[in-house]
Formats: sequence, C-alpha cells, structure tokens
Amino acid sequence: MLKNILNLGDAALYCDFGNEVNRKTNLHVITYFKTLQKLNLKGITNITPSYNKLIISYDLSIIKFQELKEEIKNLKLIQIKNNEEKIVKIPVCLDDEFSLDLNRLSEKLKIEKDKIIQTFLKKEYFCYMTGFIAGMPFLGDTDSKIRLQRLDTPRVKVPKGSVGITEQFCNIYTFESPGGWNIIGNTPIKVFDKFNQKNPAKINPGDRVAFYKINKDEYLKFNE
Amino acid sequence: MSKAFFEIIRPGIHSTLQDLGRNNQYHIGIPFSGSMDKRNYLISNKLLGNKPNEAVLEFAYQGPQMKFHSGKASGVITGNVTFNIIRNNSKIDKGICYETFILNDGDILDIISTNKSVYGYFSIKNGFTGEYFWESCSINTKAKIGSNNGEKYEAKQKIYINKKESLSNLKKINYLNSKIEYIRVLKGTNFNFFSKKAKEIFFSSEFEVSKLTDRMGMRLEGPKIENFVETNIKSEGLIKGVIQVPADGNPIIMLSDHGTIGGYPKIAVVISADYDRLTQLTPGSKIKFKLIELKEAENLYKLYEIETKNILNQII
Repeated sequence: MLKNILNLGDAALYCDFGNEVNRKTNLHVITYFKTLQKLNLKGITNITPSYNKLIISYDLSIIKFQELKEEIKNLKLIQIKNNEEKIVKIPVCLDDEFSLDLNRLSEKLKIEKDKIIQTFLKKEYFCYMTGFIAGMPFLGDTDSKIRLQRLDTPRVKVPKGSVGITEQFCNIYTFESPGGWNIIGNTPIKVFDKFNQKNPAKINPGDRVAFYKINKDEYLKFNE
Repeated sequence: MSKAFFEIIRPGIHSTLQDLGRNNQYHIGIPFSGSMDKRNYLISNKLLGNKPNEAVLEFAYQGPQMKFHSGKASGVITGNVTFNIIRNNSKIDKGICYETFILNDGDILDIISTNKSVYGYFSIKNGFTGEYFWESCSINTKAKIGSNNGEKYEAKQKIYINKKESLSNLKKINYLNSKIEYIRVLKGTNFNFFSKKAKEIFFSSEFEVSKLTDRMGMRLEGPKIENFVETNIKSEGLIKGVIQVPADGNPIIMLSDHGTIGGYPKIAVVISADYDRLTQLTPGSKIKFKLIELKEAENLYKLYEIETKNILNQII
C-alpha cells in the first residue's frame, strides 16, 4: 500500500510503498503507474515505477507539490488483474560463448551448469521496472538456489542482448553497456527498438516473462 | 533545390542538437535530455523569432568550426562564448553573443570556446533539421536516441537547416550570465542516512566540480560524506538535480541525460531555479550547498520564470 508521499526536490513526488521488494508491493506500484498513465493528469511529465517506489515528475510552472499530493492521495485506482498481463517469450542462447559467467556461478554456487540453466528456464518472471538504460527490464524472482551477488569488478562492456542474473533478479542488456551482473546467455531479440515509438520496449513494468532456450544456429538465423 | 547545410571542419568537444527534451519516457529508461541551460536555449530561439522548441546546436567548452553551404541564414550564439565568422573573402568578423548575424554561402563559423562556463547555443533562423523521437530531436549519446543516430557530431558530417534562405531582422539584447554562489537544495529522501556530522560537512564545505562531469552527471570532490545507515538502497527512480552519495562518499549530481534509476542514497536535490546555472559550472569550480524549504524553492522558481519571461519579452 502507499505508505507515504514526500517531495523529491521541488518538481517530483516520491511515493513510498514500504521497504519490501516483492510482487505484492510492486503490484501496488504498477497499479498507481497504470492509473496515472491512463488519467494523463495535468502537469505530470514523467512517472517512474520501481520495485517499491513511484516517482512522479511534474512541471513546476503548471502544478505544485501540495496540490498534486492531494490528487494522488485521492486517486481512484484502476484494477489490474494478474492473469490479464501478457506473457512475453524471450529466446536465449546459453552456449559457452554467450554465458560469460556460468562457470563462475557454477563454482560459487556449487551447482552444475546444466542445472543452473534448467533452474533459470523453469521459472516465469515478472517485470518490476524498466530503466537504468533504455528498455532494460528488471525481472524477478529467480529461484533462491541460483542467487549470487554481482561481479566484484563490473565489466566495462557487457555485450548487447546479454541476459544477466544477480540476487533475486535477472535483466537484459538492451545496449552494450558497462555492468556487473552475472551473464548466463544472450538473446537475439530486439528488447528495445527506438524506431517503434509507440511500443519501444518489448517488456514493460507489470509484464510476465518466460525464457526459452535456442541453439547457436537458431540464434544466428533469428529473424524478427 | 539542394538544401543548405553546415559542413563540420572541427566538431568541438561535445556538439549535439537539443530542444526542450522528451517527456514521459522515464518508465522505459529514457531520460528527459534537452538543452542543459534552458534559459540560454530559449533566448537563442527568441532572438531569431523561432518556435520556442526549435532544434539548436549545443556545444560544450570548445565548439565546432563549420562551413556554411548553399544558403543565406540568420543565426545567433548565446552563452558566454568566443567565436569568429570567417567570411568567404577571408575577412574575419569577431562574433558577439546575443546579437544576430547573417551567414552567406562559404562563410565559416568558428566557435572557439565557452568562457568560464560549459555550454553555449547556436541557433539558426527556422532551425536545424532534426530527427524526432518521442517529439524531441535532442541527442542522447548514451541511449543513442535523437538526431544523428544519437551521436555527437564528428568532423566532415553535415548538419542541414530547415530553410535555404532564412533571414530575420537584426536583433540583440544585453544579457549577463550571472555566476552562482551557492547551490540551493532541498532535503533528499535519504537525508537521515547521513550522520549529523556528515550533514554539517555537506552544508559547510566547498566541493570541487570534477573532470568526470558530462551531460549525465556532475561528480564532486571534497570532504567525504559519511553514511551511517546503508550505502545502497533498492534501485528507484531519479530526476535531474538529485544528489546521490555512493559508498566512496563523493556526491554525484544527476544532470539531464542521467540514468533513470539508481541505487545510491539521495542526500539532497538541487532546486529547479538553480539548475541552468548549475550546469554551467566548469570542472575545478568550487561550490557550496545551502539548504532551503520547499515553499521557498517553489517561490524561487516562480521568480526565475518571471525573470526568463522578462528577458524574452525584451526581444520584440
């Protein structure tokens, strides 16, 4: 539930849904996010959902904190039904050349590589938020058996399409970017497409996501 | 009819097209972007009678040297900038900021440098030809979004302008960019992660703007700001002006191309009225922070807006 509304600077509202990171908390965040997207309230310039917070930026020349806070407090929320959310299916190639950190994971977790992959593929994930870099989805929760901290020293360049896991989350690098997540595979799919301006991100906050394994040949031949 | 364009001889350090930025894409990881010093950006368009959101060339430190081809156009440069116009008969006209000039076929615009500031703006009557992503042509080099494939300009590239012949009446204003003495801030959402002593240090010390400062963020160096609760938080949304303090104790201020989410505690947030002048602080500049209340920040922004309007209204 929405616990508190604070100001973040003079042009944003900080909606606090508590400290826990789980689907239930995040669903509240997403409900507010989707309601606000639909309502298109005057003065709001950006809405950023994350695990357990929602930040609403506004144009200070149009609206001020106190006024918007009242509106948010009295918001009539739309109902989101869990099973209405679409499942996005993401192909992933887990061959050695793409699974840069599978050996490390296997050693540290003391689990066979195949078993890690199996465990990873078995679960359906949930998109808590998108961002950091354009279109990067933060998905959860990974099976507790395959959770590990990020790399001690982040990579300067993580290849585009890399699928990484860290702690209870997994993500997809939509661009080549610096990063410290444990890379276990790579997807040939365009998870972010700036030329599709209506729906640039294949995975959006609140979506369900399933990964399926493809081999190198399929990876190379993959056409969208 | 061929289009008029600028051919880049020397690109400068970071030359990009910018406008008022793009709204409503934070949730997919795309920041606001847009001109860093909005007031100088707006003045440049107003001096030429352009739409307020027309694409303008923003440059940092050293600007571009560019040759104008196949047209005749009025232009203007705003900011604190040294530049020359090398006429096609080799005569050199010394450039004057905030005063429109005319460029003819073969003239070379040589933007030498910004002085005691970072960003300058070159606007052309009827604007540069931008490519629009989510209603903005602003170049975001990190996400590779906007005009020029989201890249800064390089030598030999061409920048097209919208109209071959675009002249406006000669216009000028007297405008002095004021120096900011201290950055006014509001408490951040993790203000109490920092000890009483750390807060005292934060508001009493001078910080130096580090060389590692760009359109994404401004890194500061000075006394370490000690966190006594937790040096990481669950990643959450950011906005421009947020001051994060990572485990090393050195504050980072989020600027217009910032990552949309981050996991470092937020000690403070720069008020909107001080943002334009904050972005103009060069590496090596010394700054101090002053804590104020929300109401005051809102009033200061109102004043800043009125001041901007008054400047723009001088230009008829």
